[in-house]
Amino acid sequence: MSKKVHVQTIINGEDVEFLCEPRQSLLECLRDVIGMTGTKEGCNDGNCGACTVILEGRTVTSCLVLGVEVDGKELTTIEGIADGEKLHPIQTAFLENAALQCGICTPGFIIATKSLLDHNPDPSEYEIRWWLANNLCRCTGYDKIVRAVQESAKKIKAQAGG
Amino acid sequence: MTNIKEPKKYEVIGTRPLRPDGTDKVTGRAIYGGDFEMTGLIHGKILRSPHPHARIKSINYDKALELEGVIAVVTADDLPVNPDGNISIGYSRGNILAKDKVLYVGHAIAGVAAIDPHIAEEALDLIEVDYELLSAVMNVEEAMDSSSEIIHENSFMKEFGEMTVTNNNIDEHFQHKMGNIDKGFENADLIVEGKYSTVMVHQGYIEPQAATALWRTDGSLTVWNSTQGSFPDRDELSNILDIPISKIKVVPLEIGGGFGGKIPIYQEPVAALLSKKAGNPVKIIMSRKEVFESTGPTPGGYTWVKIGVKNDGKITAMQSELAFEAGAYPGSPVGMGSLCVFAAYKCDNQLVDGYDVIVNKPKTAAYRAPGSPNAAFGTEQVIDEISQKLGIDPIDFRMMNAISEGDRRVDGPKFPVNGLKQVLESMKNSPQYQKKLKGSNKGRGIAVGYWFNVGLQSSCSITVNTDGTVNLIEGSTDIGGSRASIAMQAAETLQIPYDSVNPSIVDTNTVGYTAVTGGSRTTFSTGYAAHLAAEDVRDQMIKRASEMWGVPNDSVVYSKGQFSSDADPELSMSFKELASQLENTGGSIAGKGSINPKKVGGSFAGSICDLEIDPDTGKSTILDFTAIQDAGKAIHPSYVEGQMQGGSAQGIGWALNEEYFYDQNGIMNNSSLLDYRMPTSLDLPDINTIIVEVPDPTHPYGVRGVGEANIVPPIPAIANAMKRASGKRFYNLPMNPPAVISKLNQDL
Amino acid sequence: MAKVFIPALLHTFTKNVSEIDVEGNNVRTVINNLDMEFPGIKLKLVEGHRIKPSISVAVDGNITPMGLLEEVGEQSEVHFLPAISGG
Repeated sequence: MSKKVHVQTIINGEDVEFLCEPRQSLLECLRDVIGMTGTKEGCNDGNCGACTVILEGRTVTSCLVLGVEVDGKELTTIEGIADGEKLHPIQTAFLENAALQCGICTPGFIIATKSLLDHNPDPSEYEIRWWLANNLCRCTGYDKIVRAVQESAKKIKAQAGG
Repeated sequence: MTNIKEPKKYEVIGTRPLRPDGTDKVTGRAIYGGDFEMTGLIHGKILRSPHPHARIKSINYDKALELEGVIAVVTADDLPVNPDGNISIGYSRGNILAKDKVLYVGHAIAGVAAIDPHIAEEALDLIEVDYELLSAVMNVEEAMDSSSEIIHENSFMKEFGEMTVTNNNIDEHFQHKMGNIDKGFENADLIVEGKYSTVMVHQGYIEPQAATALWRTDGSLTVWNSTQGSFPDRDELSNILDIPISKIKVVPLEIGGGFGGKIPIYQEPVAALLSKKAGNPVKIIMSRKEVFESTGPTPGGYTWVKIGVKNDGKITAMQSELAFEAGAYPGSPVGMGSLCVFAAYKCDNQLVDGYDVIVNKPKTAAYRAPGSPNAAFGTEQVIDEISQKLGIDPIDFRMMNAISEGDRRVDGPKFPVNGLKQVLESMKNSPQYQKKLKGSNKGRGIAVGYWFNVGLQSSCSITVNTDGTVNLIEGSTDIGGSRASIAMQAAETLQIPYDSVNPSIVDTNTVGYTAVTGGSRTTFSTGYAAHLAAEDVRDQMIKRASEMWGVPNDSVVYSKGQFSSDADPELSMSFKELASQLENTGGSIAGKGSINPKKVGGSFAGSICDLEIDPDTGKSTILDFTAIQDAGKAIHPSYVEGQMQGGSAQGIGWALNEEYFYDQNGIMNNSSLLDYRMPTSLDLPDINTIIVEVPDPTHPYGVRGVGEANIVPPIPAIANAMKRASGKRFYNLPMNPPAVISKLNQDL
Repeated sequence: MAKVFIPALLHTFTKNVSEIDVEGNNVRTVINNLDMEFPGIKLKLVEGHRIKPSISVAVDGNITPMGLLEEVGEQSEVHFLPAISGG
């Protein structure tokens, strides 16, 4: 059996160390090695976006990143979006707009939305649809997700203003 | 009871509260099928056939067992034998692990359990299977041709449950007849007919099938999985593994989409057999390729439709022949398609023949209104053609011929009260339809669709907490907000706030039998059961109040959440106050509700689609889209809209892009989400919704399930829009850019 | 008497009779009486003490889970249909 590699990383602001095989994806490391199952697997080949995380400020599909590649890097996952027990405005907006049905794609969409609004706090509907086209949802037809993202932008702006 | 004052208008129903499981689902805490962990867990993988049709001459897995980390291997030899020759159980077992023949690419052959999934995967390569290749039968026309290879050698065509002597790839023939079809066509001034073909498509749920099984040394089996129905899973495991249901517990985890595709089980029995051999719990998660190739998509096939009409617009005759791919084992939804094909139209002369056809493709499963979209792709285009030829507005033409309460379906029964005419009216009055569509290469199409909706068994229990809240125990897995819609009905009946109802979805040992989350039945049937359990609680609480107060039971009134007595105006107590008195009035209260509804109303849906075709690329862009559906009574309007939008999106994908793309060797060439290409947020427009409410009188709150009918009309509505945009009628799906270009270039 | 509708695929068996009035206060007795008219038809509809799993029975338009036990009224309509399910 292959030798395991020691990886040191920062996940959601906390120092995390783990051992993994070189062939294990970041997704597998998060879920099976560290036990953070909030990041979901839908296809394991980079096409559905359910496993989206933010790596060094960029959204990536964690199934296409190797666990060993995040050594010394900083990650944000769905588990790090809320502030303790207080939901992030994006999470609240998804709930209030019924933007999830089965919920399996939701962590990926929330991460993608966070990244979008970090880059562009006031996106047009086209920009929202363009940015979220990396994430597949089969339940909602995206309509309520787009509304939730628009609402999130408003909430975040209001928070910053107030 | 006469002493209950029903609330005049609803307090909870019709509002849009947050779902009880919402916080866990936006924070990543919810535990789905693949997230389950337990001590000693090992991982399974399944070896699958690379050939569409072949005899298995031998399987040798010695080398796989020798690989370090591999713990167990199972094949069909580990399944119970079939001494009584029950064909249906034989087919079920055959689809779990192939015995003598493989019948499709992706057919399971062997399971391997190892200490990690990578080792299990490596071990699959070490299993040697010797095949004798057979010719594959890949579509219905080919399969029905008498010279084709027979896939199930000992199988004969059935007619109304009886075997005939016909030995071909047709498993079953359905027929429905009404009036005199020949006379109907003789009386017609105009007859339009066409043969419309569809191809296999997948439900496309984002969460792959995932299950963990633990077979204990005492012979008991527990399965934790992502499923639409834990009780049907338990029954099926009992059949396949030949162990009593009392030994099986199925624990449903959160489910990441299903749309009908997570009604059957696939890897659960394999995980169970591996666990039996290994002594450890075994988890198997499918890859996306396995989801495409080895689970149950919905069939392709054809729907031939012929309709005769008088010049004044009255339909005189309707005839159809439908042949759908069952896949490798019987059971396409052609029976349902045959009943839906003319459901929207009143006509005294009808004849429908349906054929369930075996082909070398995965065994099909339910997909949202199974069979109805394939049928409507034919009917709704012929109806459109007729309305164009007669110069009648397509909504008006449908309204002239729309069924009403009391009109007969093709199979005989009369339609109950339904909302078809109200749906058509709402379509006509919709902002989109009222707006003119201008410009070249643009077109507007409309269509309607029907789904029966089913009832089936549901059970709930409700226990009362001393703080005035209640626990609602249910067996319906929550695929899209049903915890909310069921809790809302319980809250309404109990006249307590929605937040006071805590729903839990429990395993098969903990609640009464509950059928699948599917068939648009959950909000209807499980909501009904919750209502009955709530009534039981309310009546027990009334009895407690009467005993506490020493007044007759029938003098106690429960209204607006307050108990009071006609015997003494001073006596009054809230639900919460009485709940705090349970201990000293006889102990805790539990209410129960079980139902197997005898009556259930169907749902009609409509779509309006405006689109533009780019004549250079063949790409169609949807400019505006409205979904209309009869919800009976919308319990949680946001989730009703969500169903309508989601069904529309799936219909749009089915119409414009999705297909199982097979090469000439019977190999699927696009079994990834990149190549299968479901709609993204950028492909879809805003989807406007109009909820029509024609209550189903058989349900206490008038609910009609809304899960399915909405996928039916988008497909023909898009085809009709494309006809009006391009002048060309599309007879095949998908209507993707290459198909559009080749159509536009015809007759040039 | 209840009106029984014969499924299209059994019309050959009933020599083209498509509807017939039959006595009976539940589906079981209706089928027993129908079998007197068309001997052998019961075997096509019933398996042991229940309607065949591949068949549904509808009384007055409603497919009933009660099967043979469903009550049938004087003016009732009885249909035998292929069983359906949903997704």
